[in-house]
Amino acid sequence: MGKKRYEMRFAGSGGQGVILASVILAEAAVISGLYTVQSQAYGPEARGGVSKAETILSSEKIWYSKVTHPDFLLALTQASLDAYTKTLADGAVVMMDDSLTLPKGVDRSRVISIPILRAAKEEVGKAFTANIVAVGAINAALRLFKDDILLEAVRRHIPAGTEEINKKALDIGAALIPQEQADVFAQKLG
Amino acid sequence: MAKTVLMQGNEAAVEGALAAGMRFFAGYPITPSTEIAEACALRLPQEGGKFIQMEDELASIAAVLGASAAGMKAMTATSGPGFSLMQENIGYGAMAEIPCVIIDVQRAGPSTGLPTSPSQGDYMQAKWGTHGDHPVIALSPATVLECYTLIVRAFNLAEKYRTPVIFLMDEIVGHMREGIELPDPNRLIINHRKMSFHDGANKQCYYVPEGKYVPAMKPFGQGERYNITGLAHDESGFPVNSSEIAGKLITRLLDKVEKNVDDITRVEEYAMDDAETAVVCFGGTTRAVMDAVLAARADGKKVGMFRPITVWPFPEKQLLARLPQLKRILMVEHNHGQMLLEVQRTVGGTLPVDFLGRVDGTVISPSDILAKLNETEGQSHAE
Repeated sequence: MGKKRYEMRFAGSGGQGVILASVILAEAAVISGLYTVQSQAYGPEARGGVSKAETILSSEKIWYSKVTHPDFLLALTQASLDAYTKTLADGAVVMMDDSLTLPKGVDRSRVISIPILRAAKEEVGKAFTANIVAVGAINAALRLFKDDILLEAVRRHIPAGTEEINKKALDIGAALIPQEQADVFAQKLG
Repeated sequence: MAKTVLMQGNEAAVEGALAAGMRFFAGYPITPSTEIAEACALRLPQEGGKFIQMEDELASIAAVLGASAAGMKAMTATSGPGFSLMQENIGYGAMAEIPCVIIDVQRAGPSTGLPTSPSQGDYMQAKWGTHGDHPVIALSPATVLECYTLIVRAFNLAEKYRTPVIFLMDEIVGHMREGIELPDPNRLIINHRKMSFHDGANKQCYYVPEGKYVPAMKPFGQGERYNITGLAHDESGFPVNSSEIAGKLITRLLDKVEKNVDDITRVEEYAMDDAETAVVCFGGTTRAVMDAVLAARADGKKVGMFRPITVWPFPEKQLLARLPQLKRILMVEHNHGQMLLEVQRTVGGTLPVDFLGRVDGTVISPSDILAKLNETEGQSHAE
């Protein structure tokens, strides 16, 4: 794709772990030798409220650390989907939980609507693993990092003893993406 | 090659402080500085240090001064509302010559303002927040790596000049994560305060040899007893009402910084050699300015970046050196025009100084800066 700077935004409500999801992808970028900047914004509440995190990937030194028009958006709540689909870059990929309603005017051919929250609750068995399910799905769709690098990135940010359930969440997330979809959305970085 | 690690600005400041020898932290967590207290709570016990969560910011700075007087390298971290509460004892630290580092991760104010939004509105407060004429050193990092390296320098300056040093961060840099290669701690230059023990009756606790500015420090609670006070005092540390002694003391305190300004002030310049327009910025704002300057250069425009790393004292000598080549200055900062006043004072009306600021808690983007550069260019053609 030849784009120097790949901007990713992760949005949901406080407590859903979208900040950790963005940190894990930034960690995978560091392990891969890419430049990355990760940042976050959230409301004053510890739970609930809007939570937004951003990761920028590049093969070159990154200065400006904020995302203005994301090339990728993950939305786990209706409020965040409605708000952030308004500022997408041309050709941006949107990944949304399939319980949400896509706002009018968004290019459906670039939307991945999958049951992230349900898969975490019912297939992994823990609702709080939704962010890791999302990370697995994102990497399967965009093919950003090798599987072992992503697993290592996850491992660096989870409590000891939770490796197995997080590995399961990653795999279940990846399985939500059909092969043909991954061929469409794959990115080439660095 | 050193290993690259993903680290947040707030965390890097803690690792740098530990490398500088910081072994005492007292604080009251506040967004966007909270990760500093969290990291200190985890890391200080591992390094044999002490972490205390205090009841508020007044107590935090008081505990830090006490720990430092007793011989520890000590720091606290806060944001605007807490920085306001600390001001009284920051002045005490300057008067009693107690080295310490105070991190202010700025957020949008005034008052409790916008807790999670970026700002640089405490720039003037860092200099003038506490009353009376007093020495101030303040440093401001622009990258995660610099949060590490520059806080080492903050401790070094605090120790060398026996004065509180403000580490003026902002939400942009504090909450940002980047991949960095941590420096080898064995290769860092680390200063320690000059100590004096049992010097005998003639060497008072604030005795300063002729031609010097900084007294050696006796660790409080070891050996000789002495007095520490915020009142004007003589070399024994006891209060005096003599205008002569008070005048000499305050002048010496100010001279510690003013006579050593070349040792203290640092700037970073990018593409300034042939620049006709200088974009002046500090801290997290530098990120957007660098992208704007790179874009302007790619467009063939002679634009450079001038960044005070030492923000107090303002590096006027370095800016004055650039004035003959410049046609215009653009000051960009996340406030209503604070460093702008220092730039205007330095320039003294010899050049047009334009300003781009922000007080709504959002971040100035590279395109905002490019638009302002084009706008001022258009204006000067019209004149």
